[in-house]
Amino acid sequence: MTGELNTLFAIIMSVVFVNNFVVARFLGLCPFLGVSQKTESALGMGMAVTFVMTLASAVTWFLYNYVLLPGESNLLGLMLPGVKETGTVDVLKTISYILVIATLVQFVETVMKKTSPALYESLGIYLPLITTNCAVLGVALLGTTNAPQHLNLLEASVQGFGAGIGFLIAMLLMSGIRERLALLNVPQSFRGVPIAFVCTALMALAFMGFSGMVSW
Amino acid sequence: MKELSLTGELTKGFFAQNPLFVAVLGNCPALAVTTAVNNGLAMGVAVIFVMVCSNIIISLIRNIVPKEVRIPCYIVVIAAFVTIVELVMKAYMPPEINESLGIFIPLIVVNCIIMYRAEVFASQNSLLRSAVDGLGMGIGFTIALVILSSIREVMGAGTIFGIRVAESYQPASVMIMAPGAFLVLGLLLAYFNWRKLQRGEKV
Repeated sequence: MTGELNTLFAIIMSVVFVNNFVVARFLGLCPFLGVSQKTESALGMGMAVTFVMTLASAVTWFLYNYVLLPGESNLLGLMLPGVKETGTVDVLKTISYILVIATLVQFVETVMKKTSPALYESLGIYLPLITTNCAVLGVALLGTTNAPQHLNLLEASVQGFGAGIGFLIAMLLMSGIRERLALLNVPQSFRGVPIAFVCTALMALAFMGFSGMVSW
Repeated sequence: MKELSLTGELTKGFFAQNPLFVAVLGNCPALAVTTAVNNGLAMGVAVIFVMVCSNIIISLIRNIVPKEVRIPCYIVVIAAFVTIVELVMKAYMPPEINESLGIFIPLIVVNCIIMYRAEVFASQNSLLRSAVDGLGMGIGFTIALVILSSIREVMGAGTIFGIRVAESYQPASVMIMAPGAFLVLGLLLAYFNWRKLQRGEKV
């Protein structure tokens, strides 16, 4: 039990700080730069991404283990005997993941609209943007590989959640910096995206201080 | 909008409408894979292939697909070509290039540049023009990747295409790590803005 908890803690520390998706793995840069002008919208986007990432990690884990991987547990193998030996990882992984994520986002949007209009008000506008957020597809792909080791369902979901929190932290830090930048006299050619990139470089440098904290 | 000649369609993506330096799209792969010129080139070629093929197919199906479901349709088309690229690369590319491109090959699916060209160009133009547009934009992206990765490789590893440039130079390895990537792209974007300002254009 403690071993399991230690692993989960290491996963969270790893994806939030050491291998932060935005500043160390270069995932999800478009929303990171596009929606970080104001702290409020950064918070909304970060929360929407965390929510979808957690769900997407769990759903794609099932897809990977019961549809894509070869073996006895392959559900497609029940109908097509050939699939049992070969699996469908090579040909179907990318297509099925992106379809599942797109469907999931649509589903979450519909459910949220129906059940909690208040939450929909604050997160709703960010949801459609998430389909093409490479951090979501990235966390799904990272949660379902054999390297460094095969994750179980709980570990994959926790990794998705942690990656979302890491994204949220990076978004919040960036929006704070950009709100201050808006008041400064930045050279004209650096205004907007260039100075945001330079600030991100400094943030990445700071995050490098976490490297080696956990080995996951 | 006035129609460009075919050569115009091809070359507009090189510099004037460069997807990375002017439109600032496709940042994620651009920063992640440009640790060495070889990786940048491999990524560029993969993007050119996916872009040309998906533009052709999307231009062919543009009148059949209902407007409401066009985005999922485009994504499936793009994902199919990305899978082809993935399998081909696994089979023929040196393992170390595959290793360093890693998950960024499947992530071409969500590369904004490809979706952007599908949406604003291929869904409204003829087959030939769409193919040429895809080729031009793909080449523009590759040019950007090569510029970015040459700077990073020379400064960060002291090599170019894996060949040492100067014996006495002590490489600053931060340039091939994450902060260097953000810094070089930020400075390059500022340089392009500065050139525009010099010519009296608006940024």
